[in-house]
Amino acid sequence: MSGFPLVAVVGNPNAGKSALFNMLTGARQKVGNYPGVTVERKSGRLALPDGRPIEIVDLPGAYSLDPSSPDEEVTRDVLLGRQQGERLPDALLLVLDATNLDNHLRFALQLIALGLPTVVALNMVDLARRDGLEIDPQVLERELGVPVVATVAVRRRGTDELKEALSEAIGAARRIRAGDGAAQEDFAAIQRRARAIARLATVSEKSGRRTSHFIDTVALHPVAGPIVFTLVMFLMFQAVFAWSQAPVAWIEAGVAALQGAAASVTPAGLVRSLVVDGVLAGVGAVVAFLPQILILFLFILMLEASGYMVRAAFLMDRLMARVGLSGHAFIPLLSSFACAVPGIMATRTIEDPKHRLTTILIAPLMTCSARLPVYAIIIGAFIPARTIGGGIGLQGLVLFGLYALGIVGALVAALALRFTVTKGAPRGFMLEMPKYQLPHVRDIVLGLWTRTLIFLKRAGSIILVSTIILWALLSFPQPRPGETALQSSIAGRIASGLEVVVRPIGFNHEIALALIPAMAAREVAVSSLATAYSVQESDETKTDTTLIERLRGRWSLPTALAFLAWFVFAPQCLSTIAVTRRETNGWKWPAFMLGYLFTLAYGAAGATYWGARALGL
Amino acid sequence: MALRLDQLPFRTPAVVTAIDWSRLSDGDARRLRNLGFDEGVGIESLHGAPFGGDPLAVRIGRMMVAMRRAQAQAVSVEPVAS
Repeated sequence: MSGFPLVAVVGNPNAGKSALFNMLTGARQKVGNYPGVTVERKSGRLALPDGRPIEIVDLPGAYSLDPSSPDEEVTRDVLLGRQQGERLPDALLLVLDATNLDNHLRFALQLIALGLPTVVALNMVDLARRDGLEIDPQVLERELGVPVVATVAVRRRGTDELKEALSEAIGAARRIRAGDGAAQEDFAAIQRRARAIARLATVSEKSGRRTSHFIDTVALHPVAGPIVFTLVMFLMFQAVFAWSQAPVAWIEAGVAALQGAAASVTPAGLVRSLVVDGVLAGVGAVVAFLPQILILFLFILMLEASGYMVRAAFLMDRLMARVGLSGHAFIPLLSSFACAVPGIMATRTIEDPKHRLTTILIAPLMTCSARLPVYAIIIGAFIPARTIGGGIGLQGLVLFGLYALGIVGALVAALALRFTVTKGAPRGFMLEMPKYQLPHVRDIVLGLWTRTLIFLKRAGSIILVSTIILWALLSFPQPRPGETALQSSIAGRIASGLEVVVRPIGFNHEIALALIPAMAAREVAVSSLATAYSVQESDETKTDTTLIERLRGRWSLPTALAFLAWFVFAPQCLSTIAVTRRETNGWKWPAFMLGYLFTLAYGAAGATYWGARALGL
Repeated sequence: MALRLDQLPFRTPAVVTAIDWSRLSDGDARRLRNLGFDEGVGIESLHGAPFGGDPLAVRIGRMMVAMRRAQAQAVSVEPVAS
């Protein structure tokens, strides 16, 4: 990395650490990973008042140097100079929440005892005042023996003083203690000292947190709470579908225009086929989901920043406990409705390894946005667009049923897994409930921006490569005269083999063929069905209607329903498999995931097919 | 009169008098300590989750914490007159 002095931002979760980091670095942030572990490393550059550049890194929030999750372990290891891929920081920027001083001071005392030059940002002084709490920074400075600056991260208050203090601290000599922090005082003593200092520094205190308490009397109310929760979830999914339609159409039109342009400048043949049918069609199909994913993330980021997310986990804990999990699992599973990849990455905050593994294994059962185009085309072709009374549309009801089937499947799978492969002692559910806050635009926008970049990088790498491979499988060997590409290609031959296996659950040769490229990403199934039925690719809208008509003509209703049931369970997504391998450090669990989900998919599709036939559909 | 935290009526300010660490798994004990549970800290049970009142939403010091009744059983509290 750079040779600039390194400043680490540390503090408790919910201290406003990231907001402070965002304020100091703005959009000039780099998000990477620590080698060997899957913990995000967020860093940025900053110029001190004297012009010296420094590198600033946002360490995962922690409660103490005694870690209880992989994230917290990284924080400890960086601070002790033991983290691979990170040098020992030259100074610490310690963030304390003024409204929660006694708790945050405990970690602060541990950190100051490390002996690194330290500056304390006494953050959220405005919220403290709102709660009737007055803290004296000077008393804090005297008791802690390090400079203390009062800040309001979301309003840039205290930035200049903070930079000034950092500038002085970096010059200061280190007085690192020998050993690895084992020389720390015993925890209870620190706890008491923290409370004593907090008492000293508190000038005045009225009964606190009125706003948060008032909201909680509604949000956590036994009756009103679940109603609010349902409304929030409903609004979120409604927005994902309603707001995304226009941008998705723009992206699709853009990709179609690019395909047209590429077709006109490349000679007919393999090159054009690779660029137009392979790269642009494949990557375009995935990028088209960006709007839906971003809208879902917008909601998730706002739910997190506002403090409601933990309340939702609280409300869901009971249900999750029934299947051997806890409210912790709710947050990653909610993200998985956008895409299982960030969902699986979000399981890092679950401290119990068995809980975390179970959550990873069931995350792909949440209906991600990649399933939507598959569902949309099949429902459009086979489910009549009529209402069944009360203004409820039959098509919408089937879509809802598919979502519900995924959720129920996930809960049942979790229960089964917890009794077998991820068996373990039940763990408690303990979580800090941060005070409610208005989400700040800068933090939300930066959060969305980093996620967009991650998603586009993924589309540009994994999906691009797999698209090219699948294009090659479908294109080679070239057909001899009198033969179609489908018959001659490697993919076509694999499909013939696969057909034997999937015929009993009502699938035909074209479906078998579509399932192969859909391994890379589910939504590819639609475009490969279109190819398999050799529909002209020239006109986007015409493609859709024609495909629907062709499906109607060639598939029976039981086959279509079985196809839907298959996609509720089938783990057809290379990125999910790849991220599972990374997060579980090996091939064992992704292999297990593939096995159990394909078994479920096969069973569900078969049961649907034969059930529907028995009903005479 | 000492109570267990799970028996403490809602909205009754109290003080932690003892924590039976032996009743908790290592991970739960660490978490409880990290969230600031300690003898002498002010505590108040505020809400129970829908459908059975488990988990609880508890104020400990100035912080709100969600915890299950099973862990709350390890915490002894004494209501304070207010």
